[in-house]
Amino acid sequence: MAAERAGTGARGTLRLRVEGLTRRFPGVLALDGVGLEGRPGEVLGVVGENGAGKSTLMKILAGIDAPDGGAMELDGASWAPRTPREAADGGVALIHQELCLAENLSVAANIALGREPTRMGFVDRDAAREMAREALGTVRAAIDPDAIVEGLSAGERQLVEIAKGLAGGAKVVIFDEPTSSLTAGESEALFDVVRELRDQGVLVLYVSHRLHEITDLCDRAAVLRDGRNAAALEGSELNRSALVQAMVGRAESELVSPTAAVPRASTAPRLSARGLRTADWPAASLDIDVAPGEIVGIAGLVGAGRTELLETIFGLRAAVAGDLSLDGAPFIPDGPRAAIASGVALVPEDRKLHGLLLEESIRWNVALATLTARRRGPFVDTAAERSVVEERSSALGVRASSIEQPTGTLSGGNQQKVVIGRWLEARPRLLLLDEPTRGVDVGAREEIYRILEELCAEGLSVLFASSDLEELLRLGQRILVMHEGELTGNVARADADERLLMTLATGGDALAPTTSLEANP
Amino acid sequence: MNVRGKVLGIFGLLVAVVLFTGFMNPRFFSADNLENVVQRTSLYGILGIGAAFSIVTGGIDLSIGSVVGLSATILPMLITAGVPAPAAVLGVLLIGALLGAIHGLLITRVGLQPFVVTLCGLLVYRGIARRISGDQTLGIDDEALRSLATGSPFSIGSFDVPAPVFLLLIVGVLAALFLGRSVWGRWLLALGRNPEAAHYAGVPVDRMIVVAYVLSSLLAALGGVLFALDIGSIQPAAMGNFYELYAIAAAVLGGCSLRGGEGSILGVVLGAAVMRLLYNSIVLLGIPSQLEFAIVGGVLLLGAIADETVRKIAGKRRAAERARARSQDTTS
Repeated sequence: MAAERAGTGARGTLRLRVEGLTRRFPGVLALDGVGLEGRPGEVLGVVGENGAGKSTLMKILAGIDAPDGGAMELDGASWAPRTPREAADGGVALIHQELCLAENLSVAANIALGREPTRMGFVDRDAAREMAREALGTVRAAIDPDAIVEGLSAGERQLVEIAKGLAGGAKVVIFDEPTSSLTAGESEALFDVVRELRDQGVLVLYVSHRLHEITDLCDRAAVLRDGRNAAALEGSELNRSALVQAMVGRAESELVSPTAAVPRASTAPRLSARGLRTADWPAASLDIDVAPGEIVGIAGLVGAGRTELLETIFGLRAAVAGDLSLDGAPFIPDGPRAAIASGVALVPEDRKLHGLLLEESIRWNVALATLTARRRGPFVDTAAERSVVEERSSALGVRASSIEQPTGTLSGGNQQKVVIGRWLEARPRLLLLDEPTRGVDVGAREEIYRILEELCAEGLSVLFASSDLEELLRLGQRILVMHEGELTGNVARADADERLLMTLATGGDALAPTTSLEANP
Repeated sequence: MNVRGKVLGIFGLLVAVVLFTGFMNPRFFSADNLENVVQRTSLYGILGIGAAFSIVTGGIDLSIGSVVGLSATILPMLITAGVPAPAAVLGVLLIGALLGAIHGLLITRVGLQPFVVTLCGLLVYRGIARRISGDQTLGIDDEALRSLATGSPFSIGSFDVPAPVFLLLIVGVLAALFLGRSVWGRWLLALGRNPEAAHYAGVPVDRMIVVAYVLSSLLAALGGVLFALDIGSIQPAAMGNFYELYAIAAAVLGGCSLRGGEGSILGVVLGAAVMRLLYNSIVLLGIPSQLEFAIVGGVLLLGAIADETVRKIAGKRRAAERARARSQDTTS
């Protein structure tokens, strides 16, 4: 039946049709006459910068939000779900970006959540287990329905989430940034599931910032910009540069700034780590040097120990052993305060959890790390604070109505600029960044790179971790690669390409030319 | 919903209760009655300010009433034992601060939840107070000292300004400067919003949490001293029972969010005043006093509903602003 379904996916039999969809929020038109068509057995990519309207569109399809105008049809019948429940029953499942599972419950309980099979008013556990087993089977996941979600990996949770969506008998499955928390291996497994669903005749809507996923996985892609259809690409037109051009409305070549020359100082390294062992990978001994004015990237899969390394240098985690020095002087980070005092700053990976006070203003957030530097007696010097933040915020190009605007209302790129601004205000010598542009759109990304490059030209050193190979190759003058806590590569940008980094990051033999890592006993 | 809006709201409620009660029973505006309301407000206001500090960190202090009870028990015992009054008062305040430090350390070092720590405090200090006093009623005869709570340094017309008002003023101004203007206060509010982010930004989170609980218990001890002096005869088993709930209610009514990170000292004082006014109008309007708790609870509930409603509206407006910010981003 699956093949049959896929076969009938010829022109004409539409699974989903969206026409002239509009959604207005006070003061902004989030969707402005958007159209979309999808057939059974098709993977349709939906791309666009943050704020282009993708999420709003997906939410409307899945019954979380309602449109102000336009028409939607599912299998020829009018589609207007009023609740996520109704959408799921009707066959549209949204797989959430942030996994929404009850961690304390079993896989079966999660999959059956909200539609528990009952017998005489009680949950029929056997039926729930069967329901789960069946749903897990469709995504070919070998997961025990009785396992507690807490004990599952991110990839397994993702599969459970998908199974949960499919348990309602989905005809349309929407993936919203599904790989953002997955390792490379887990992502591959997910792609297999997507293809499997497609072969079963399901229409898959695939939303992602990672353009290579769109080009590899999708049959067609709809590009949204400012709440409108910017382009529909398929076949040979569906390539990276066409996507970027449609997303930002200008050609990619205009976005890429010339890369700064590598400033090589012969002086002592800005940061030097010798025999550094982190608590998470105590067996791995790390030697790292970062020169003044140098931008060094750290590549590696999720869980390779990159975040742990950065947080150890920043003093958030205690090192097990090893010596650190800054500009030749020994440096013992026993907490963020000590690190900040020594001129080290960290822009954390999760800016909502570890970076921002979302309810508070840009002014509060930028000022937070440097309050004592500006205080007048015991008091906050509000006037000085205002002018300092005003200046910093305009230098970074933070787009906001004023510095009193709560940071929770800013876009991802502007939020990240606020966090970076906080740390630049502390005038660091060494800036650590963990995933510097996660959730930041293409345009703002390039701005952030340029800001960092300018500062490095003035002598700041940057050490950043990233899962985005494009970013590593774009920003890093030199790239370290980590695998299971060990450094497996140290590659100059000129010698690096995505394949080499991926090979080193997955623990493959370093076929790196002259650049394999120095000294690991 | 910003804090200023909440303070305005609670001020409006205060005016409404005053006008309604005064209209229904003109005796409300008599000097005697007003003096009484103001004096009580001052005492409960001091406790409320203490509660606000723990609430602002996202925590809670359930031990306030028992710290009041313990302080009010120890003070007369010290005085009876011949300790000079100023030293006795100082000693009680120090004990309060010490208890707060223990709460703070249990929360930050041992990692216990504030609710659990201070619930244990509530039980333990009550037990200690009853044991050391043998459950006997204690008296304070030092009239000079008692005037701190019962006296009146001067009058405005026929209105004798109660002495505790001045203590409340001092405590309130200091607390408002601390919370609203100082670096420490900014740190407290920041860690109440997001302790992780504050820690990553170099805020000494643990130390500030200890400070908050020290202030809470210190002010509870000060309140205990004043209540003891006010009443003059203290029953260790009953003294201060439920006062933590009055204090928390005043703080919440005054705009402190139990989620942490939000609070205004002026709001808390107004909140304490509304609580006392409600109590007063129950008496003056001849409402059966059995209904006291029910009425206070009802007003608190209505306040919370109003707050949440305004919050939702503000949240919607914010989502729209965010969407607008994003669309500006992509167009520029």
